[in-house]
Amino acid sequence: MNNKPRKELVVSAIENGTVIDHIPAEKVFQVIKILNLDKTESQVLFGTNLDSHKYGTKGIIKVQGKYFEREEINKIALVAPSATLIEIKNFQVVLKKHVEIPDHVIKIAKCVNPNCITNHENITTKFRVLNEQAKELKLKCHYCEKYTDKENMVFY
Amino acid sequence: MKDKSLVSINDFSLEERTGILKLAGEFEQNPRQDILKEYVVATLFFEPSTRTRLSFESAASRLGAKVIGFTDAASSSVKKGESLKDTILTVSNYSDIIVMRHPKEGSARFASEVSPVPIINAGDGSNQHPTQTMLDLYSIQKTQGKLNGLEIAFVGDLKYGRTVHSLVIALCDYNTTFHLISPLELKLPSYVKQHIKDRKLEYHQYTELEEALPKMDILYMTRIQKERFSDPIEYEKVKNAYILKNKMLESARENLKVLHPLPRVNEINEDVDSNLKAYYFQQAQNGVYVRQALLSSILGVKQI
Repeated sequence: MNNKPRKELVVSAIENGTVIDHIPAEKVFQVIKILNLDKTESQVLFGTNLDSHKYGTKGIIKVQGKYFEREEINKIALVAPSATLIEIKNFQVVLKKHVEIPDHVIKIAKCVNPNCITNHENITTKFRVLNEQAKELKLKCHYCEKYTDKENMVFY
Repeated sequence: MKDKSLVSINDFSLEERTGILKLAGEFEQNPRQDILKEYVVATLFFEPSTRTRLSFESAASRLGAKVIGFTDAASSSVKKGESLKDTILTVSNYSDIIVMRHPKEGSARFASEVSPVPIINAGDGSNQHPTQTMLDLYSIQKTQGKLNGLEIAFVGDLKYGRTVHSLVIALCDYNTTFHLISPLELKLPSYVKQHIKDRKLEYHQYTELEEALPKMDILYMTRIQKERFSDPIEYEKVKNAYILKNKMLESARENLKVLHPLPRVNEINEDVDSNLKAYYFQQAQNGVYVRQALLSSILGVKQI
């Protein structure tokens, strides 16, 4: 017999869809924004400041009936590199993987340089992701060639 | 090379840069040719830069091209609120190549992506000014007979000057030893130094101009602007330390040449002008030959 008390799920299970787990607690709303979940018609459940053995606190997002393309989900790696992606079918985990930091990001981030043309004209932003020493994640603007570091990243 | 925009110095390979420098040498021998008489060159100056504009217009005119354009945004439809994209798409109907100067960084890259005709960046904010870099390389090569293995000093504001940043990065391809002479507040940014380190080249930093002078092949002077200092007292302390005077050149090597992107204010004393080591006005003249080489090769009239 299992003596461990059955853990109540703080955020309910979904039947089919995607769970994004191990999001830093303070980044949950940013992840929602990056993935446009504030505009989706799917059911979205989320929790933040939940207990985590590994990280102390964490956030989690569950999206009913939606699976993400790899490129789309990797966008969140900029703010939540520790996130895990879990695909659920019929309440069962069918796939579990880590997000990967992409080489390029298009459209989602703003250039930190106030004098960059992308902040003055209607232009889709493009950045190369520089991640030479894992801790110093930086974006290099395709247009003004200036660097945006992690602390200064702003997302549309 | 034909139809290739020049936005950033890195858009051209080492071979292409070498080809442009060689072609510029041919134009120096023979600067008046009718080879572009079928072409229209547009010069769009969204902010004024008389020197650069005149240099381009002189280059185009001496090759027989017609020049159209505007000299600052106030006299164009930009003032009416037209987007950069619309301006470029419109002007590309009237011209075969667009030379543009714009106050916003990244504007030339964007223009090159929407324009059906090639773009030459004549300065986008504090970002790039590749034709200046090419004319600096040409001037160094011409005065020293080579580009490889030189001792090159950069003096003054190394923090904000895009001219310095681009030239340092370009010179990393030529096994240069860099001597960086600036006040502590205006040191070369670390991302530029990183380029030097990546190539395993040597660089030395100084706060005194005279200390480095005797070893140099090239002295690249820049202006120190008062508004760059957070503390005006700091400016007062350093402002005279980076002024080149004729007497200081006595200790210099025979082959040393003094370069400056111009305009000069007071960082080179006028008594230097008559010294044979002063090269800044010829440097500006070289700009015309380099721009002739760029216009004619991008238009496909000359092969490199």
